[in-house]
This record gives sequence, C-alpha cells and structure tokens, in this order.
Amino acid sequence: MRFTLNNETVETSNSAPDTTLLNFLREQQSLTGTKEGCGSGDCGACTVIVSKEVAGEVRYQAVNSCIYPVESIENQHVITIDKLQDLTQDKGLSSIQTQMVECHGSQCGFCTPGFIMSLIALQTEQNTGVSAYDTKQKVIDAISGNLCRCTGYRPIVEAACEALKKPNQALNIVQTPQKSADSLDYPPATPLTEFFARPTSEDALQAWMQQYPKAQFIAGGTDLMLTVTQQYKPLSQLIDLTHIPSLQQITESETHVDFGAATTYLQLESFAKRHSPVLYQQLLHRLGSRQIRNRGTLGGNICNASPIGDMPPYLLALDAQVELTSSTGSKRLLPITEFFVDYKKTKRNADEYLSKIRIAQSALAQPTQIFKISKRYEDDISAILGVFTLSQSNTMQIAFGGMAAVPIRARQTEAYLAKHKWDPATGFEAHVLQQACDILKEEFSPISDVRASSAYRQGVSANLLKKACWSMLANQTEELSLGVFGHA
Amino acid sequence: MRKLIEPNIMQHSPGGVGFSTKHESALKHVTGKAQYVDDIPTLANTLYVATGYSTVPHAKLISVDLSLVKTAPGVIDVITHLDIPGHNEVGPVYGGDPLLAESTVEYVGQPIFAVAATSLTLAKQAVKLAKIDYQKLPADLNIAQALNKQSFVLPTHTMAMGDPDKHIQQAKHTLSGEVYVKGQEHFYLEGQVSQAWPTEDGGIHVLSSTQHPSEIQKLVAEILAIPLHLVVAEVRRMGGAFGGKESQAAALACMAALFAHRLNRPIRYKMPRQDDMIQTGKRHDFLNTWQAGFDDQGKLAGVKFDLAAKCGYSPDLSEGIVDRAMFHADNAYYLNHTQVVGQRCKTHTVSNTAFRGFGGPQGMMAIEALMDDIACHLQQDPLDVRKANLYQLGRDQTHYGQKIEQHVLPDLIQQLETFSDYRARRAQIKAFNQTHSHIKKGIALTPVKFGISFTVKHLNQAGALLTIYTDGTMLISHGGTEMGQGLYTKIQQVVASAFGVSVQRVNVASTRTDKVPNTSPTAASSGTDLNGMAAQNACDIIKSNLIKFAIEHFKEQKISEEDIEFTNDNVTIGDKSLSFPEFIKLAYMNRVPLFAAGHYKTPKIYYNRDTAKGQPFLYYANGASVSEVSLDTLTGEYKVNRVDILHDVGQSLNPAIDIGQIEGGFMQGMGWLTTEELSWGEQGQLISNSPANYKIPTAFDVPEQLRVELYNQKNNEATIHSSKAVGEPPLMLAISVWSALRDACASTTNYQHCPRIDTPATPERVFWALQDCQAFNQQQQESR
Repeated sequence: MRFTLNNETVETSNSAPDTTLLNFLREQQSLTGTKEGCGSGDCGACTVIVSKEVAGEVRYQAVNSCIYPVESIENQHVITIDKLQDLTQDKGLSSIQTQMVECHGSQCGFCTPGFIMSLIALQTEQNTGVSAYDTKQKVIDAISGNLCRCTGYRPIVEAACEALKKPNQALNIVQTPQKSADSLDYPPATPLTEFFARPTSEDALQAWMQQYPKAQFIAGGTDLMLTVTQQYKPLSQLIDLTHIPSLQQITESETHVDFGAATTYLQLESFAKRHSPVLYQQLLHRLGSRQIRNRGTLGGNICNASPIGDMPPYLLALDAQVELTSSTGSKRLLPITEFFVDYKKTKRNADEYLSKIRIAQSALAQPTQIFKISKRYEDDISAILGVFTLSQSNTMQIAFGGMAAVPIRARQTEAYLAKHKWDPATGFEAHVLQQACDILKEEFSPISDVRASSAYRQGVSANLLKKACWSMLANQTEELSLGVFGHA
Repeated sequence: MRKLIEPNIMQHSPGGVGFSTKHESALKHVTGKAQYVDDIPTLANTLYVATGYSTVPHAKLISVDLSLVKTAPGVIDVITHLDIPGHNEVGPVYGGDPLLAESTVEYVGQPIFAVAATSLTLAKQAVKLAKIDYQKLPADLNIAQALNKQSFVLPTHTMAMGDPDKHIQQAKHTLSGEVYVKGQEHFYLEGQVSQAWPTEDGGIHVLSSTQHPSEIQKLVAEILAIPLHLVVAEVRRMGGAFGGKESQAAALACMAALFAHRLNRPIRYKMPRQDDMIQTGKRHDFLNTWQAGFDDQGKLAGVKFDLAAKCGYSPDLSEGIVDRAMFHADNAYYLNHTQVVGQRCKTHTVSNTAFRGFGGPQGMMAIEALMDDIACHLQQDPLDVRKANLYQLGRDQTHYGQKIEQHVLPDLIQQLETFSDYRARRAQIKAFNQTHSHIKKGIALTPVKFGISFTVKHLNQAGALLTIYTDGTMLISHGGTEMGQGLYTKIQQVVASAFGVSVQRVNVASTRTDKVPNTSPTAASSGTDLNGMAAQNACDIIKSNLIKFAIEHFKEQKISEEDIEFTNDNVTIGDKSLSFPEFIKLAYMNRVPLFAAGHYKTPKIYYNRDTAKGQPFLYYANGASVSEVSLDTLTGEYKVNRVDILHDVGQSLNPAIDIGQIEGGFMQGMGWLTTEELSWGEQGQLISNSPANYKIPTAFDVPEQLRVELYNQKNNEATIHSSKAVGEPPLMLAISVWSALRDACASTTNYQHCPRIDTPATPERVFWALQDCQAFNQQQQESR
C-alpha cells in the first residue's frame, strides 16, 4: 500500500491491518513530532492532515492519527509537523508557526504540533472569515479537538487569528498518486487470514462480505479503533467503507434526501448549513470535535447503536428511514423507529450493511429544536440529547438519547400531546404542557452513570420539552438559550 | 589557542530580565523538534513495560498465578515484589507506597506485577493473562466512611488563634455550612514516562518526565540497593506536570531501572492514558465544614473550620497538602478568633498527591463560600463583606502566627473594582435578572493570597552550575525542571542580565543530578525564586572573579569595581571596551576560573508544628478576579461571559510568561470547579478514566472577554529581581466563577438564599442548586 507522506512516497508492507497512522509515523518512520496524548481521539496531540477527494476536489483535513488506520490512506496524502517547513514556499516557518511563537502560544509544547496541524488545515481549507468574530469562531471550531492544559487557549486563538489575517499561504504540495498493485479492491483469489480491504464499489464490498462474512466494517473508525488502542484487541479483518463513492453521496429529490451511510459529519455540516440550520447550530458544530467530524460517519453513529449517539434521536424524531443491503445486493427500507432493538442491538442482519439514510424533505422543513446536555459544551458525549419536532399536522414528535438502553421516541408523551391542540401563537395550554412534562418524567427510567444521574435526566428531559415548546412559539421574544453560538 | 569562529547570533535584542522573551523552546515546540522522553530515538533491544494491577479496592492477595503471562508472545521478563533487590518503596516522605504490592492491595489500580516485553501492545496483552485470587477486605471509599472509622494516614493537625468558641457564641450573627470540593485529574498532555539504561559500572541512567529528579535518583538507588553516585536522573522538559509528576513519576523510573538492571537492556515505561488516570494520584477531595460568628458589617468575630481530605491509601505528600489547605483557610481575610482542624482521611483509593495549589485551593473554598453566605445573610454586596474582612494594618495576624507585612489586596481590589466596572455591572445584572425569567446572570469578585515557600523548610534551597566557554557562550545547569512554565527562559534571562549579554548567549542545560545534586522538586511555585537566586549567585561568583581579574590586568588604568560595566554584550573597563567573548578569552588566557556553583536558601522562614506557629512563607502572591456568568435555569447549563483579572507578580521577570501562567492557571482552576468531574464506582474504581468522560476545558470555554493585567508593585522581600512566584496562585482566581454561579442561582430567590454548590459545578449540580432555590421560594410562600 502506498501513500504520499510529506511529499515523499512511502509504502507499508508489514503493517498489521489495525496499525494506526500514529504508530506508523512514530515507530516506522521515526517522525516523532506527532505526539500521543490519549490514544483515543480525545486530545488532538496526534493531529495530522490527510488529503481526501470530495466531489473531484482534493481537500485537506485534520484527523486524529492515533485512531486512523494507516491502511485506509492508500493513494492519499499525509502531512505531519515534522516536514511542514519543506512544504512552505520559502522553506521557512508557516505563518501559523510564526504567530504561535510571537503570541507565546506554547508552554509545555506537547500539544503544540497538534494545534499547528489543525490550524494549517483551517488555513488550507478556507480563507479568513468575513469578520474578526467569524474568524475567531472558525479558529475555535478548528481546534475543538485539541486540548491544551497550560495556556488557557487565549494566545493560541490569538496566534491563529493573526495568521489568518494574512492571505492564504498555499502549501507546496506534491502528491504522487499511484495505486499499488495490491489495492485490495476485490478479494484476491488466495484466501487471507488478515487484511484491510478497500473496496471502491458496493459490488466489491459485497464480494468481500460473501467471502469473509466475519470481517468487520470500518468507516471513520472513530469508535472501532478504540478496541485496538484502549483494549489492545487486534482487528484482523477489516473492510473499509470510505472508498466507495455511492456510500458517501448526498442525493436530493423533491420528496426526500438520501444520505449514503458513509457520509461524514463534515459533509453533513455543509448540508445542514443550507437545509437545516437548526441541525448545524444546535447539534453538529458541537458533536465530537473537528477531527472527529472529518472522519466520523452518519452510518457509523447509527450502526454503533449506542444509547447516547447524537444523530439517532434526530433521525427518530424526523421519522427517517434506513436502507439495508445484503451481501447479494438485495435491499430493504425500514423506518428507523424500528431499527434499534435493544442495547447495542439493531435490525441489521450479519450479512447486511447500512447503505442509505432517507429523510423526507417535509420533515427537514418542520420546526425542530435540538438540545444536547453535557458537562462540557464541545466534544463531549451527551448526558441527554432531546429532539422535538412539530410535524405538518402540528403533532409533537419527541426523541431522546441517554434516557433508555436505545435512542428512543417518547411515545406516551407524544400520545398525550396529540390529543391537545397546538396553537402557533401560544403553543399548548400551560396545564397541558405541565401534564406532558409529568408524563415524560415517568416515561423512562434512565440510568445514573459518569455523565449524569437518573434524576437529572428525568428532570431536565421534562424541562427540555418546555423549552422546545416555548422556542417554537411564533412570537417568542425572550431569550431561552445562552446564545453561546451566534452564527451559522 | 585556536581562533574560534565568530558567532553571529549575538547582535539582537538583549531579551534579559523584564522582557517578554519567547519561551526558550518555542521554535522547537512549533516545529515538532522539541523532544520528550518518548521521542528519544529508541536504543536497540529496548523493552516496554506494563503492570498488572489490582481490580479490587482492599484485599489480601491469596495467589498470583503468572504462568500464562510469562509464556505470552514477546514477554522477556515478569517481576513481583520478590524480585526487588533493595527497598520496595517509592513514597516521597513517609513511605507506604510499595513499587509492587506485597501481601495486600489497597486500591483499584495498585500494581502487583510488571512485565517487560518487546512492544507495549504485547506487554499490555500479556498482563491480562494473570490469574489473581483476592480475599476481599472491608474498604473505605470516601471521606465519610473514613471519618466514621477515624481512619487517617497521618495525625490530625490543629492551628488556632484566640478563643473561637466564645467569640462565635457571642457574635451578633452566626452561620454554619459545608461544601464538598472534588479532586482533579492533572491531565498533563504528556503522560507519565521514563526510560532507563544500565551503565558500565552497574549504575543506571534514567530519563524521566519528573518534577523531582533528585528523588528519582534516590528511589532508584534504594530499589536497586546501589549508592546514589551510580544513578543519574535527567529531565530536559515535561509535557506538562502541574504537581502530578512530583512524586508520581517515581514508580515508572524505578520500574524501568529495575528491569534495565536485571536484563542489562534499555527499558521504556510509558503509561497509556487510561493507566495513568487509574494508577496515579490526583488532587485531594475535601469536605469543608465551618461555623462562624460575625457583626452587622460581616466582619468575622470568630470562625472554626474542619478540613477533611481524601488522601487515598498512603501519606504521599498529604502532610504538606493538608497543612497548606489549613494555612489558606483564611485566604485573604483576618479570621480573628480561629480554629482550623485538618484531617487526613485514609481511603482505599489511589493516593492523592500534589496538584497546582497543593491543598491551598481547597482550603480557600470554605472561606469564600462563607463570605457569600454572610453577604446573603446580611443582604449586602458580597464584595463589601470581602473588603471588610481583608487583612489590613492592625488586623494582620494569621492563625499560624505570621504577620502580613505587605498589604497588596486592598488597593489591588480597589483597582480591579474600577477596572472591571464591578458596581455598574452588578446593577445591570440585577436589572437583567428582574426582566428575564429563564436566563439569569451572576457576578463575583474573589481575591487570592497565596503563601510562597515550601512549608517543609529544608526544601527551600537550590543549586546552579554556570560554565562560561571561551567563545563567550554560557551553559547554566540548575536544579529546577521545565514543565512549560518558562523556568528555563527566566533562568536564561537572569544569567544574561547578570552579564549584560543577550539571551542567545545563554543555553540552559537539561536538569541532571550529576550536574546539580540534592535538588528540591520544582514545585510550590518556587522554581524561579530558588533556582533564579542560585543561578544569580553563580553569576556573582564568576563575575567577582572577572572583576578582580580586570582590575589587576588593566591596573595601568587605575580602575575600581565601579568602572567596570557589563552591558550590551560588551565589557567596559574604564575607557577600554572589549566584546564579551574577547574579554572572556582574555580571562581564560589569564587562568581565571570560568565556572561556578551557586547556592541559595530562603531566609526568615520557620514553622513549629508543635505550637502550630511560625513564619512558613517568605511572602505572599496576590490577585483578584471578577467573573460574570449566565445560566439557563431550565437545564443548569451556563456560560462564563467575562472575566477581569489583576494579579501581583511583583516586578515581572517576563510579563508574557507571567500572563501565560495567570491565564493558564485560571482556566485550569475553572476546569476544576466546572466541567472536570472525577467519578468513582461502588467498587472503588475510577469511572471517569479517560478524556472521553473527564472533560478539561476547550478553547470554546474561554470567557468571551478575558482581560488580564499585572499589578505593578515590587516584592518587598529580596527575591530574584524583586519578582514574585506565579505558578500556582492564579489557579485560585477561578473561584470567582463558582461564586458567580452561586450568585446567579441566588438571584432566583431575589438573593434571599445562596444555595450550596459542591464542586465541580456541573450543569447537573447547578440544576439541583436551582431546585434548592425553588424549594426555598416555596417555603417562603407557605410561611407567609
């Protein structure tokens, strides 16, 4: 397998399928500028830039190398801190690096390479914001997955904003794309005991599934790779879903939108900014971190079937549908409300993959409120995630994460509210809303865990219903939220 | 002698003391070239370590079957406590911390055996194969259980002044209260790591990410039963430490040394993040309770504090930590008649340890809670109550007998009050809260007064070794360690300024026990105070030799000491001027010694534990902050909108570095009091064991407006260039965030009730505080 590493072609030949990019860089290439802070994609010290072709255009994205399987990088380009200077026009420091020094943006320095790479990715991807405020928001978004324990961030943000004031500094990128012979698009004739398959079509994917029914799918790997880095369990047969264009497409028709299962949050963000601002403003910008959203996929979030995944409640409330495709190519479409069976159990059969998620255009247009409650605002797993949407028939549809063993609709509360009239000006009558809150408090028996107590989950879920209803009122003027995020 | 190549780096700015000189490693940081222990190129045959540890909080070890571990792929060696040739002990002061457990285990995570294998993954996979049988014993997992059994790691200590019982009883108003302050995970970005290799004479060279190389040297020697002069401990830099690498780095260094010694191979022991979070100590939880009496103005007549700390299973540094909490129970206020009792609770959890502030922050939380409670009780602005209680002339005696000499805070607070527009904003916030039913705002100004010096007297000393080479460059070695705080930069500045040369002429060497021996930990904010003075002393020795030489050498000029100047990379001797390298070369040719060892010991300080009186601190560093928050009363979520800080660093050695310490300390303190929550399971296991569920602040959490200014006033004491220590004190500035949250909650009762909020004040805790306020309102209505 070949890829370009800092303008040089490198090959991996003896790597295990689950070798991380970080270990490859540090152990096999002696490039130790990239650091390991946590090994779980939570701190960003290991951030590097990986190129990716999106709609015919090569984009450069910051990723966590500690949970990125190196085998997935075939034919792509990786940029690390170690050789960054080789890529600048004058072989000097990039403006981000210069400003980090000027603004005293490093103290212990361990997180610094990760911050630099996240900011270089921002600089490469987009020009400055439309205003100083906008630039600052973009910087904060770009470093949402980078933790610094020394500086308190102010000088880092300042350094980035200073650097971004100047014209975009293009990196001198020389990519030498050349697929290796063993690209593992289709399974080879000789059986393999361990492999990292890179099918480039659903046909090839199905061929791998037929031949290796026990192989595991990997897309962003943002959760699966923790098996390797945290539990030290090897993953020996992996099928990568990120090289199949049809699984990464967003297709819009008049009646609905289809999202390929391997659509990344990054893709979803730009879709949401245009079609569902509430999804962006109230959820996506704080789901995971920049690095995680560049890699994590919608399908991964669904098939993982975690009770605290952030996308399922949204999809449940909007009555989305999921398409499952078998290894022989037969397809079935089912409502996502039927998909989650029990803790980490779904309706997906072993020989099926999730191919598509479908949301009705009408559902996307409904008034919707999304509330994510967590200890930290950015990059934190939800204690509770509540989604409230008012269907065209003015019935309230409610879904939660964190309230039960699966992401779940609040059917009892919905049923009660369906019997009462929603007035666009005044909402539900106060006693109706209070009664609905009381029902909601009793509807679930959430657990107490590291994120929140059962009582808090019950109490807040009811308050979120109130907040949602008040927010949807036509003449609502009083501030109901902290207004922490001002722009789309 | 051979003519040296003329160096060309000396033409630039002096960058000495007082300049915002860049961190000496900044360029290396931003290019990825700064090396941390795990970045050192691996030596051939290096092995990697993992430990197998207890899964129960308290038990007798019945059997430890390691047969499958020994035969696992890649495993070269497996050891238990029986394989330790010397003393099985890595505790810093009192002991009680075995490197490997013997017959009992006392916390989940306690190492029982260790493996050296050809890779970290193989080592980690191997340790899972052990079969360990435990006979479980009763475990105390929290402060309440330990207090109930009166189970302590060290005896209870009391500090007292006057007759508090009488004066509380006779006071016009009395209040009592309680706050539980949870601990904190250090979360240094570079995890604990050590590398050791054997030397030809049976010794060990160990690289460690540690704040205390001399202790590493001593413990390695004791574990191996070899003399100290065969062990070298070295550290160039740490990727953050915050107190977590003061005593906690020792186990890794000793383990690596032990395997290196046994196998005659290089060993690297890097703790994966989760092991680090489970196996190493954290900031102590404290349960603080108080009773206070005060007058109509809110002035304290008397107060009694009980501070009970969760120490974990062993003493570690808990003696000093709880003492420091007690020394700071007053924070900035004259307590009048006082009693402060400090209890060191033994729990079957990992032994808690040093963390920026060293107990001081937890001690202050009690009195700051009390100040807000008094203000609420008297219906006064909390700032007025705080100001009324500040130490001032005539009310300047601490409860441990030290007199406050330099009264910085009254003026500093006055300046901050104006600078932050506190009064007008307080009025605006009250108006806002009256017109908004869902979002509520709060504001608070809290001070910090933090005592500087180790409370263990003998640690207040330092050494430095300065060498000047014949090209006029200098190498300074000292006993302090660089963890990002900028110590090396400040030392570089001190040395450069002493000789009037540019900082580029001074290189700071890695800290090694064979260069400067018997050093103290870089801790207690004292790194620059101690090592800066030791470096200055070394400079003075060489300089006085050089001056003597110049007077003698240029005697035809008939000059005295005053006629010799070291400025701008030149040495002026009367009307003669030489470049610094020329002068140094001349001195060398005339056989003047160009190296010297400097030493410093802090004057004046003492503390008598029997009488609980003394002068434990040379001086105090001061500061104050104003925080404004908004909170969502439906969910308990909140946002810190604005923070204004004025902080006293004496005469700053490097304003940029000092501001960096203030901002970084503030954010770390804010994390401690808001989002960072340690959670423990019913079996004593840490469940917040990863950054996925232990949340330190991100850039988003930085207040939208954050203004930091240095309070410009020299230190009255003879410190290095009249500066003040800055490492720890700013952490406690974050107490104003917590106090502002209480204020915002209290607004829902029209400031009639200031609810208790234990920390961290997560959205959930704020939510419950708001429910408490609602209950208060209901009660008021019913009683009406």
